[in-house]
Amino acid sequence: MSEHSRTDRDDSGVSVPNPLRWIGVSALGLFAEVGRVARFSGGVIGAALSPPWYPGEVFRQIGRIGFYSLPVVGLSSIFIGAALALNIYTGGSRYGAEQFVPNIVVLGITRELGAVITGLMLAGRVSAGISAEIGAMRVTEQIDALKTLSASPERYLYAPRLIAALVTLPILVALSDIIGVMGGWLVSVQALGFDSTVYLRNTVDFVTWEDITAGLIKAVVFGAVIALMGCFHGDRSKAGATGVGRAATLSMVSAAVLVLALNYVMSTLFTEIGL
Amino acid sequence: MSAPLLELKDVIKSFGDNHVLRGVDIDVARGCSLVVLGGSGSGKSVMLKTALGLMTPDDGKIIFDGADVTFAGGREREEMRARIGMLFQSGALFDSLMVWENVAFRLIHSDGVKRAEAREKAIETLRKVHLGPSVADLRPAELSGGMQKRVALARAIITRPDLVFFDEPTTGLDPITADAINDLILDQVKALGAAAISITHDMASARKIADEIAMLHQGRIIWRGPASEIDRSGNDHVDQFVNGRAHGPIQPSL
Repeated sequence: MSEHSRTDRDDSGVSVPNPLRWIGVSALGLFAEVGRVARFSGGVIGAALSPPWYPGEVFRQIGRIGFYSLPVVGLSSIFIGAALALNIYTGGSRYGAEQFVPNIVVLGITRELGAVITGLMLAGRVSAGISAEIGAMRVTEQIDALKTLSASPERYLYAPRLIAALVTLPILVALSDIIGVMGGWLVSVQALGFDSTVYLRNTVDFVTWEDITAGLIKAVVFGAVIALMGCFHGDRSKAGATGVGRAATLSMVSAAVLVLALNYVMSTLFTEIGL
Repeated sequence: MSAPLLELKDVIKSFGDNHVLRGVDIDVARGCSLVVLGGSGSGKSVMLKTALGLMTPDDGKIIFDGADVTFAGGREREEMRARIGMLFQSGALFDSLMVWENVAFRLIHSDGVKRAEAREKAIETLRKVHLGPSVADLRPAELSGGMQKRVALARAIITRPDLVFFDEPTTGLDPITADAINDLILDQVKALGAAAISITHDMASARKIADEIAMLHQGRIIWRGPASEIDRSGNDHVDQFVNGRAHGPIQPSL
């Protein structure tokens, strides 16, 4: 990718490594990449906010991104909720604090894990899927064909995926919250000896709207990251099966890392502002 | 001869150190079918993409119907594209859409035609490329290569464009299907009275569909003349290409 060599040649023609140069080139490359992502995202967000829209495409994407993600989100949430309850029980029992299992499960799920698990699963399922599809369209000239037919790829392909992800992620995270809590409840009642009614009562009394809102705000941000990374890497896909495969890998990795990093940033921010 | 519909003037395009177009001058008039010959890597596809505005040239001008469209954007670019049809090498059909939705794509998405009406128009256009209404509801992946090319041709001509580009229209087809595509191109271009620019390295196709032939070599047009003169070009490069010889002034790219 990089046109710059990592070494400099001195007058004698001997190549000497130059770490400062390498750091400089890498930093410039990183800034350039951030700039490209920002420019691309700006174009897609602009297209999503202004007509013409393609409602048919938006609904189709909501189905693909949202509906078909339900099994994977549901399964991962129930296991995470169950494992969380077990660990909190083990840790809590060292201080005689086992009764806080429902409280900490619901807090952990709504504020962090519901959104993070959904974000990570969709970084794999949706972001990689979008970039493979767009990448295949790019290498088979379908993107060029769209342009010659006066349909902009930003409007026809990318904006519907962004809108669909922004709409579906909060719904999926809300479901993940419920299923995650149920996972914790199930293991607590079945294996840890909790009373079902007491567990649920503690959960409902403890959780606040702020906890739920914090998770849903994260969901919206993760939705944007997942759709934009998929579209960005697909749009830049190089020719051939390797090119498309690489685009899918890059989008999945970058979306997952961004989900985790932004999750931390938002958690810090929410703590600061008391959300 | 009437004023040219499309003109490329001294168009230059490089990718890094790879100088693909080194000053291409070419023009095409209404009712004329121009075929541009060139080997692999001679810059044919890049020339087509710069002419269409899918790539911006580094230097030079592109003039469409008297207007400089080199850096045209927004509405001006859309107006130009509305008058141009393009047949992509691989067909470039949208595989998520049905055949008729592909053919009627521009009608539905850019011209605001109602779906029922667009469907009728698509079926009518499919008939022109000898495809029955039964293929209208299939997906492109369910069609053979030749049928996909015909669907792509229908999509390119449905709005009766003034200029049609054909990017290697016969590549990957058997000789009989290729000839059928050539016939369709001829019929449709003549029926539209449109200008046509085809790029190909298929000599049989070039002889059949061309009024004029030009040869692109190392990013420049090195010869141009009537199709009937192709065997008497007096140009070594053209002779080598027309007769398909590995030895001569052009080095085969291996």
